[in-house]
Amino acid sequence: MISLKNISKSFDGSRVLEKLTVEIRTGETFVIMGKSGCGKSVMLKIILRLLIPDEGSIFIDGVDTTNFDEDAMMPFRRKIGMLFQGAALFDSMNVWQNLAFPLFEHTETPEDEIADKIAELLSFVGLDGSQDKMPSELSGGMKKRVALARAMITEPSYVFFDEPTTGLDPVTSGKINDLIIRTRERFGVTSIVVTHDLVSAMKVGTRFAFIDDGKIAFEGTRSELLSSSNPELREFLKDAEWQDRY
Amino acid sequence: MKSIRRPLNNVYDYFNLVAQAFAGIVKKPYYFSEVLRQMENIGVQSLPIVLLTSTFVGMILAYQSGFAMAVFGAKMYIGTLVSISLVRELGPVLASVVVAGRIGAGTAAEIGSMLVTEQIDALRAMGTDPMKKLVSTRLLAGMIMIPVLVIIADMMGILGGGFIAYATFGLAPPFFKKTVIEALVIEDLVMSILKALFFSILIITLGCYSGLNVEGGTSGVGHATTRAVVLSIVFILITDYFLTVVLLKLLPGLSF
Ligand SMILES: Nc1ncnc2c1ncn2[C@@H]1O[C@H](COP(=O)(O)OP(=O)(O)O)[C@@H](O)[C@H]1O
Ligand SMILES: [Mg+2]
Repeated sequence: MISLKNISKSFDGSRVLEKLTVEIRTGETFVIMGKSGCGKSVMLKIILRLLIPDEGSIFIDGVDTTNFDEDAMMPFRRKIGMLFQGAALFDSMNVWQNLAFPLFEHTETPEDEIADKIAELLSFVGLDGSQDKMPSELSGGMKKRVALARAMITEPSYVFFDEPTTGLDPVTSGKINDLIIRTRERFGVTSIVVTHDLVSAMKVGTRFAFIDDGKIAFEGTRSELLSSSNPELREFLKDAEWQDRY
Repeated sequence: MKSIRRPLNNVYDYFNLVAQAFAGIVKKPYYFSEVLRQMENIGVQSLPIVLLTSTFVGMILAYQSGFAMAVFGAKMYIGTLVSISLVRELGPVLASVVVAGRIGAGTAAEIGSMLVTEQIDALRAMGTDPMKKLVSTRLLAGMIMIPVLVIIADMMGILGGGFIAYATFGLAPPFFKKTVIEALVIEDLVMSILKALFFSILIITLGCYSGLNVEGGTSGVGHATTRAVVLSIVFILITDYFLTVVLLKLLPGLSF
């Protein structure tokens, strides 16, 4: 379980998050929606302590990691696989090296074992045999799938997906949605999916939240989401539907 | 007040980066293969342009000074003047400026684009210290390879000077060689290498600092690249002045 309590964060005096409180329960796929620029990525980075909140506290599996330094944070970061918005593959390394990187860095795993693991994960994301490709040779959707494989290689118990389908065509988005679901089923991970793609949200989510004005403006199930009377959320849903139709 | 706080913060951040980069060189884990990769990039790949520019600088120096010295009937001292100016000043400064153009810009661009594409965040999320992995490795590689390049530049410049001394002023190569050897003392070489060492630190850390402080997404990478080169060149020249003053005091073997 991950919980954020009264998290605030500003950049150069402008408030992004203001006393945001939320809890992500073990086993769920928690979908966070909100307008672009509302602080969704910032929230994920605060959990990983890539950004430091101005106030509030963070608990990961019951441990208060709010004031942890980089070293103390290490075991908690390894519990979390993060799929960045632009995939963030290392472009000086090929697919194999990208996937092996976290294991080489922190484990003594023998190389043949790493190779087996990489082959298995690439097969899971449907990219058998692309070990030697460079990131620049991959399409946007393929990059995201490699990035998912890399996020899974340290066997995390949480996976964060930052806009996994943004910028992808509907068919590729569909494949990524399937992968998010299969990742939960096969590895039993708890996921946070940040998105403004309503189709994707509905497909993968088990619980939903909407960020507005730096806070969680809505939190609940699918039917509660669709029947919510929050005006900002209603407008967001309307815009999202409009985008899907055209 | 805000307008002054920002540049002061930047200076503080920069020195912080330099300190962390040095600390990262000695702290485990060591990224040997990354250091080698950077040594090849900084050293081997800069070699052609350093060879070319330093040879021509030596030739120009001999040509210009040769005519001036001929007026006083002193053209046999071309070797003395060329070798001392090259080893103490022009070798380290010009080779470093050329390397700053290549490596300062390349470093800022590479690290800057890693920053805007969240690769730096990805490194940290996987528990890797980007300062160690990206900055310390480059700093170590630069501190090894840039002095080597400077020594090569010194030698090529002297060869270029010797060629012009012979071709334009008719000085026999063995005589030129003799004047060079008599002119140079070990302290000249020490000065050359110490300057190269300081300049290498400037080039690498300013390149990394600019890259890590890209603002405004992809378009910011271009600005960072320019800033890295301009800052490096300006600070190479400023540092050169102070190093020259200090080293002339500290190294008693240096005389004019
Ligand atoms: N490292 C940073 N430095 C300064 N401002 C930032 C930084 N990261 C995010 N921001 C700002 O915070 C706001 C929220 O960003 P983000 O969380 O990326 O939005 P989104 O909800 O689209 O993911 C934006 O206005 C962005 O400009
Ligand atoms: Mg975002």
